Amino acid sequence: MSVTGRRLQPLLFELSRPGRMTRRVPEPPRDALDRIPPEQRRDGLPALPELNEPELVRHYVNLSQLNHAVDTGFYPLGSCTMKYNPKVDEWAARLPGFAAAHPMAPDELVQGTLQLLWELEQALCEISGMRAVTLQPAAGAHGELTGALMIRAYHRDRGETGRTEVLVPDSAHGTNPATASMAGLTTVHIPTAADGGVDLEAFRAALGPRTAAVMITNPSTLGIFEARIGDLLEMIHAVGALAYMDGANLNAIMGRYRPGAAGFDVMHINTHKTFSTPHGGGGPGAGPVGVGERLEPYLPAPRVVREPDGTFRLERTAERPTAIGRLRSFVGSTGVLVRAYAYIRTHGGSGLCEVTDDAVLAANYLKRRLADSGAYDIPFEGPCKHEFIASAATIKHETGVRTLDIAKRLLDHGFHAPTVYFPLTIEEGMLIEPTETESIDTLDAFADALIAIAAEAHDAPDTVKTAPHTAPTRRLDEAAAARQPNLRWRG
Amino acid sequence: MTYGPHTDADRARMRAALGIESVDELFADIPLAQRAGGLDLPPPEPESVLVERLRELAARNRVDLASFLGAGVQVHHAPPVVDQMLLRGEWYTAYTPYQPEVSQGTLQSIYEYESLIAELYDLDVVSASHYDGASASAEAALMACRATDRQRVLVSRGVHPHHRETTATYGSGAGLEVVEIPLEAEGEAAGTTDLSALERLLADGGPVAGILAAQPNVLGLLEPMAALAAAAHAAGALFVAVAEPVSLAVLRPPGAYGADIAAGEGQALGIAPQYGGPYLGILACTDSLVRQLPGRLVGMTRDLDGERAFVMTLQAREQHIRREKAASNICTNQALLALAASVWLAALGPHGLRDVAALGAARAASLEAALAAVGAPRPHRGPYLNEFAIRVPNAREVHHRLLERGILAGIPLADLLPDEPSLADCLLVCATEVTRPEDIDLFASALGEEIGR
Repeated sequence: MSVTGRRLQPLLFELSRPGRMTRRVPEPPRDALDRIPPEQRRDGLPALPELNEPELVRHYVNLSQLNHAVDTGFYPLGSCTMKYNPKVDEWAARLPGFAAAHPMAPDELVQGTLQLLWELEQALCEISGMRAVTLQPAAGAHGELTGALMIRAYHRDRGETGRTEVLVPDSAHGTNPATASMAGLTTVHIPTAADGGVDLEAFRAALGPRTAAVMITNPSTLGIFEARIGDLLEMIHAVGALAYMDGANLNAIMGRYRPGAAGFDVMHINTHKTFSTPHGGGGPGAGPVGVGERLEPYLPAPRVVREPDGTFRLERTAERPTAIGRLRSFVGSTGVLVRAYAYIRTHGGSGLCEVTDDAVLAANYLKRRLADSGAYDIPFEGPCKHEFIASAATIKHETGVRTLDIAKRLLDHGFHAPTVYFPLTIEEGMLIEPTETESIDTLDAFADALIAIAAEAHDAPDTVKTAPHTAPTRRLDEAAAARQPNLRWRG
Repeated sequence: MTYGPHTDADRARMRAALGIESVDELFADIPLAQRAGGLDLPPPEPESVLVERLRELAARNRVDLASFLGAGVQVHHAPPVVDQMLLRGEWYTAYTPYQPEVSQGTLQSIYEYESLIAELYDLDVVSASHYDGASASAEAALMACRATDRQRVLVSRGVHPHHRETTATYGSGAGLEVVEIPLEAEGEAAGTTDLSALERLLADGGPVAGILAAQPNVLGLLEPMAALAAAAHAAGALFVAVAEPVSLAVLRPPGAYGADIAAGEGQALGIAPQYGGPYLGILACTDSLVRQLPGRLVGMTRDLDGERAFVMTLQAREQHIRREKAASNICTNQALLALAASVWLAALGPHGLRDVAALGAARAASLEAALAAVGAPRPHRGPYLNEFAIRVPNAREVHHRLLERGILAGIPLADLLPDEPSLADCLLVCATEVTRPEDIDLFASALGEEIGR
């Protein structure tokens, strides 16, 4: 079902009428605020909208229907793993025992949650091949920062303060270099070789006594497994640097490749991707970080500790002085982690392996269909992992229709677009990730749509260039939005 | 597979199209020595069994106590309409609005969130991208450093310790000097930021980029925010207000006392405690700082037909464009939590929000009177809104004994603020509009008995 039709909605503020409200709490005594000094009191009330509940509900239901979502249609957004979210996971997070637990409650009141977190850590250790896991980071990028700060602490404790560089392949997510900067480290970009892997010679030349770490996404954002990974890891460790695995693409390797066992020192896991906790229009997520022996002492506090008597507790303040410190309040985004736990339990070890196998099979099938059609360039031959690159470079040279136009035209067909123009190194690139939860019928329909659009680019290029035609809006004036930013309603 | 659609026949069709016998062939590029042979995890669990397991785990948590615990997370009335809206799959199974034409729901909801929070905080620009109050406070400190090109930040000890620790961790990465401002030990202003200590810190040492103070502070007390802002500005520094959002229904907002940046924990706005998250980091600033503001921003624009629409904007600040020169590595945003906050604020409206804050203040005053009457007075004289410290002999032990009587008597300050030894015999307690008068009576009489032992 596609998002079509002009159903744009008024703003909450435009719906407001003075005096409308739904009373929800008892009226406070008139003198409730008399003890607050006048100079600390707000003048009047904030100008929030005044609505009744029926108007409120219609507003948000109507607004929601302007969104494309996994629950309404295919979402092949490469590198984002937009798979189906089992409803039982949502249900679990809302169980009152989990939802109402206060994060500062004494350990004895939250044994259920602490046990769940501890068990989740064990499962993530097994999946990642790491020795220990922190559940504290709130997102993948937050996990990256956690990892980078641990790497710095590790080198500092060895007196190696000259290690200030992080090597990052040019196909990496932008978060990798941005993370390095936040951790006070300098990024050195490594070019991609013709086969889509890391350029070994450039890599060797960049490695040295100044290298703190190398950040590698494997499989890469081109959907290609780094076949030389064994050599790379050896070279990294030979110069005394550490290996960071960006786990954004974990969906491609569960049960097939365990980064910790293979030699990576640290890795983050995006639970909202692989373990299907909801993306929520962009968040929340969670970014647990697994580490090997070298970095375990530096994990942020507090960790969950299992006592010999089988009870659980949080580490106490300063219990582990080597910890890098806190990256957020409380123990972690537990509500997200409950969903991940439920997902892992439902699938079990064999089910997670099947997830990966089906995700990779579906991506290869879709890639083959597009390759066989000849409609698009497929820059990297050979098997992909969970996602692959297609390109409209030839279409653009022949017709003037760009990848952006094709992406917009897909919206008219009821599909979300793939990730476009990423990685930045691919001309007119599209990164397509079908995930394991789309049926072969959907994969075929999507391939048919892409092939039809390629034909349309030749036959009726203007139709493609002016797409979308049936979405709630036409293309937006992004330049005007940036030139004269309107970032809040002012009535 | 549990939730996957593929039948064996579907898989066979896909393998045939690829000309492979086994899916193993698709993994042949993994070096042999590094291949894993499956996962040593329990077998798949049928949904009915999983449901029982989860119920049993959740039931092991005790959430039935009469609770007076705040300390950074306050429980408010959650109108059922909020969660009903959040449960729509169109909200929670969408992603970052990369294709704005089919994401106007998320985009408009973020714009509305930006507008609601800007109004509440009396500032111009709001980012919906932050994880929680602690990381938003840390990002605010980094913003102040970028904006002033200075490297020293002063953080009041009245700021929640988790916010302070997170700011120190982020600061260690960026090479900042993070210095704490002590609290007044005695007198009328005891428990609030020590203004003369602040003057000394401003006079000695390097130039200061920003000053962070919290309103209400971690002890529940009201800080002299206008004076702190003036001191910051006199030193050429920015002032960062870490302000609790519900309190802003009745307290002066950050923009009114000259804050340049505001941060805050948005959990109180309709988000369940969930043992720590996911929460919502509030981060707002004045127009002049917008290019230093990390995270996604949504702006109003027009489409080709001239219709009003919304789009992510000013992306040149962000990691996917600027990479190592970005304002932050923030990528995800907290759109679903921002949505919860917006629906919650709109469900209450301005009068309802005022009632929530005022009723919490009234219940807290009843609590103060009841506890003082049984021998647990406040150690501080300054005004508070709905959270305050009480002095109790053997605070930690009394807290533990009350737990056994079904009362969660806030938190021992010896645990929350171990670096404030003068408050070691105190409990920090909180009341909101959902605190029941009968629980206040129960707490007071039980506390009286424990003190009288």
